[in-house]
Amino acid sequence: MSPASNDPSSLLERETLAGKKQNLWLRAALVQAIRHFFTERKYLEVETPYLIPAPAPELHIDAIRADGGFLHTSPELCMKRLLAAGYPKIFQICRCFRQGERGRRHLPEFTLLEWYREDTNYLALMDECEEVVVFILEELGLPPLMQFQGRTLDFQRPWNRLTVQQAFERYASDPLDQALACGRFDEILAYEIEPSLGFPNPVFLYQYPSSLAALSRLSKDTPGVAERFELYVAGVELANAFSELTDSVEQRARFEKERAKRKEQGKTVYPLSEKFLRSLSYMPESAGIALGVDRLVMLLSNQKEIDPVVAFTPEEL
Amino acid sequence: MYNASNLRKGLKILIDKEPYVVVDFQFTKPGKGQALYRCKLRNMINGIMLDRTYRSVDSFESANLEQRKMQFLYSQEGHFHFMDLQSYDQSALSAEQVGDAKNYLIDNLEVDVLLFDGRPIGLTLPNFVDLLVTRADPWAKGDSVAGDSKPVTLETGYTLRVPPFIEEGIKITVDTRTGEYVTRVK
Repeated sequence: MSPASNDPSSLLERETLAGKKQNLWLRAALVQAIRHFFTERKYLEVETPYLIPAPAPELHIDAIRADGGFLHTSPELCMKRLLAAGYPKIFQICRCFRQGERGRRHLPEFTLLEWYREDTNYLALMDECEEVVVFILEELGLPPLMQFQGRTLDFQRPWNRLTVQQAFERYASDPLDQALACGRFDEILAYEIEPSLGFPNPVFLYQYPSSLAALSRLSKDTPGVAERFELYVAGVELANAFSELTDSVEQRARFEKERAKRKEQGKTVYPLSEKFLRSLSYMPESAGIALGVDRLVMLLSNQKEIDPVVAFTPEEL
Repeated sequence: MYNASNLRKGLKILIDKEPYVVVDFQFTKPGKGQALYRCKLRNMINGIMLDRTYRSVDSFESANLEQRKMQFLYSQEGHFHFMDLQSYDQSALSAEQVGDAKNYLIDNLEVDVLLFDGRPIGLTLPNFVDLLVTRADPWAKGDSVAGDSKPVTLETGYTLRVPPFIEEGIKITVDTRTGEYVTRVK
């Protein structure tokens, strides 16, 4: 052994990494299970570029600059272009990058599972979301009832569904319309609502206010809401989905609005992806969903933070 | 100026014209929503803790803080007097501002005094200080509850446990971060 291997910091690093072994094995098996699920269902696995010229302009998602372009914050725009070109069922497991996102459950570089299906809507995706998670549990040999940080989780289907309106009525100090009016929606959601969501059953929070959905279709049946849902398990936001907006005029208007808001807040204004906007005219009715792979590993390995389920955090590099 | 994304443990910012240090912070971001930073802050003048939640659009002024090397001169009527080693100006800190550091303040000790807008608000001690043992009882073997150690009193009035061979009139090194005995000064 070289003498360097005896210094305390390298010993500590070896210990930290060795301590993650069980989680990293679970992580690898989980990714295999995801592939198994989607390939069995005749989904095509795709890979789209990480380095792109024009990320989707969303007010609160900041892309990292790279070589004259940006690292993608999600594979959404490229995958939708494939969808529009006649790929009806596609999935991708990829790294995504978001500037400044670092917390107990956030990494600036993380792994997303994203999948799209044509001729469907967000409600059908809720079913498929239940199916993929239950399939993963079976493949990993995990029981549908498990302990997470001292509380019971029950993954047996069907899972719960709760509208954003109902969630505010049940858990929040202010009603939804007031929270929106005074700009406290995110704060109330994060601190008053989220910690209660997804015990013991996972819950789909759905029907988001239309102002909070840059790329989703508005509901035909319920005015003022977008066909968007988020999946919560044990207080952890695990997935975001919507019925895709396929109206290119409407999409352009929403992008412009987000860009204007970004400009107003002094944030980088990304170029418009004209190729994406053009492709929307060919896009079939469809729905898509992004699921945080790191967070699913975190839940299934009974970790309350994200760090132990990745080999290296940014601070450990 | 700082914005919310600069928030870190240890960052010093100005709130209502007073300096605060971030002692804890949690980042969160509800799906597609804005980044939220829940902070615990300590007022650097009076020590009072504050809980605040900041959003990505919030910004802060940095606190005008400065550290200066000073020498401890004397204490009188609850105030501790120091002299700036460059300008020879004198400053005073109250007993609350000095806190447990009083256990280590001996004449001529060099410390870092923290100034806010030119006013002294606190001090940082050297990690190790040598102090004289002014009272040590002989070690009563077999009488010991806490193992092989005995209490002694130092020149500042501070009492701590030391090994049995330490006697009155000896100087010992104390770690000011833990308050514990380190070694006998040779």
